[in-house]
Amino acid sequence: MTSWTLRIGCGAGFSGDRWDAAVPVVETLAQGGGPAVLMFETLAERTLALAQLQRQGDPEAGYEPSLERFVRPVLARCIAAGIPIVGNFGAANPAGAARRLQQLADALGLGRLRIAVVEGDDLNAALTTQQLQSLLPSHLAGKPLVSANAYLGAREIAGALRAGAQIVVTGRVADPALALGPMLAHFGWGEQDWDLLAAGTMAGHLLECGAQVTGGYFADPGVKDVPQLADVGFPIVEMQADGRFVVTKAASTGGCVTRRTVTEQLLYEVHDPAAYLTPDVTADISEVDLVEAGPDRIEVRGVRGHPAPDRFKATVCYEGGWLAEGEISYAGPNATARARLAGEVVRERLRKLELGPVPLRCDLIGVASVFADDAGRWMEQSQPDNTAQDVRLRIAGATGTRADAEAVAREVLALYTCGPAGGGGVRTHVTPRLASDSCYVPREWLRPAWRFAQ
Amino acid sequence: MRRVALHQLAHGRTGDKGNRSSISVIAYDPTHWPLLVEQVTEARVKELFAFRRPSAVKRYLLPKLHAMNFVIDDVLDGGVNGALNLDAHGKSLSFLLLSLEIEIP
Repeated sequence: MTSWTLRIGCGAGFSGDRWDAAVPVVETLAQGGGPAVLMFETLAERTLALAQLQRQGDPEAGYEPSLERFVRPVLARCIAAGIPIVGNFGAANPAGAARRLQQLADALGLGRLRIAVVEGDDLNAALTTQQLQSLLPSHLAGKPLVSANAYLGAREIAGALRAGAQIVVTGRVADPALALGPMLAHFGWGEQDWDLLAAGTMAGHLLECGAQVTGGYFADPGVKDVPQLADVGFPIVEMQADGRFVVTKAASTGGCVTRRTVTEQLLYEVHDPAAYLTPDVTADISEVDLVEAGPDRIEVRGVRGHPAPDRFKATVCYEGGWLAEGEISYAGPNATARARLAGEVVRERLRKLELGPVPLRCDLIGVASVFADDAGRWMEQSQPDNTAQDVRLRIAGATGTRADAEAVAREVLALYTCGPAGGGGVRTHVTPRLASDSCYVPREWLRPAWRFAQ
Repeated sequence: MRRVALHQLAHGRTGDKGNRSSISVIAYDPTHWPLLVEQVTEARVKELFAFRRPSAVKRYLLPKLHAMNFVIDDVLDGGVNGALNLDAHGKSLSFLLLSLEIEIP
């Protein structure tokens, strides 16, 4: 391995990912000896709104709740091996996350770390109320927002790394920027080297969901099998200065990196393959080719880039009412008919209780559920198998208030004594919902910046 | 001529953004690619998803990868914003698409 290669490993692909996944990744990076970076992607669309709500309750909270669980297993090894960590685990409070990480470093006897935070994504702080209102879709006019954040690019991450940051904590950035930032810092690519920026972005895109490129979310037994799925290794990209790169994974782990796993992830959440939009570049993967470069090694060729969009994309989250869910199981002879009757009973009861309008959905889990639409057209047209003998009825309702949601849940609970014969295993949940929408912010309105944490 | 499920010839993965689902279809065997281009069309996918009332179906071809990418608009009952579906993201929908019947010569 030459020092011209930069290796970037991914330690988490979402907030709910495995806490110990980064350990073999860091071990592989450290043993390789060359320049390397570890990234964590833990910020889904709604995660940031949840974090904002937590921060409202506690000013020190609002960063990734599992921050310490993700970083503790690898922090000492990363610092010793000179492997910077870049993560969007700052969520709604990057400065708070930085303080927590310094406390962790103190507890591990690592001393004072150079921790940088990237800020400027929070539109409530960056824009005037008038500016923000002018960007929102009409149905959100005047509505209170839980969160509003722009997807920042890679430049601020790169700036922090060039200045010697050992950890870079961000809030909302485009997920691939977590990988592109270190590449900009290492290779010195220019702001208009579109093909290089696009290659780095697609490398980041392949890394950002963790195991989804290394055999996770892929296995279909007997059709496309994955070795040692329980020990699936997380991905590592080996990037060259000219934008050529290989996708591989942590040593001595399960999973696999093949043309098939990489193709699935390359297209994941992509719309037009000729125009994958990020704040840094418009990437074009329509002519990409994947070449086997050894066991669990796929080289990605032919990524092209075009100028970046002239606006930042932003996600705004707002309160979305309540979701009520209740489930009950029926088994044995005539189970499907009993489950159907239970659903009808709940529907009729809710009509009579005269709640506000409650869109309601009944699933027969084991017969027909996730493919079905909320309006019930699939249930009518697909003529589901009524002979199933182990059926779980699930009722879901959307309500405006918590009280109405609880009323829906109670009707499912009451099926124990008032519903059909033999129902068992009731579970109910009542949860507040967050809704989100997108808007687009003129570049000159935002001033993204990085600084070393105090 | 025989009929098989697309699942025997191709694999795929679903992604979602808001109320829009994107589903890849990737041929296992490059020799089946022309067959898939001919039969896994926007019209057939629109028909398969008709019960979810798609407002648009767009297919993008990636011949070098023997893959296609479908972008299907307004089929997620609002997606994670509003759907009552257990699978509000529609992550399982790649396997609905893979249930499409293909005629093999």
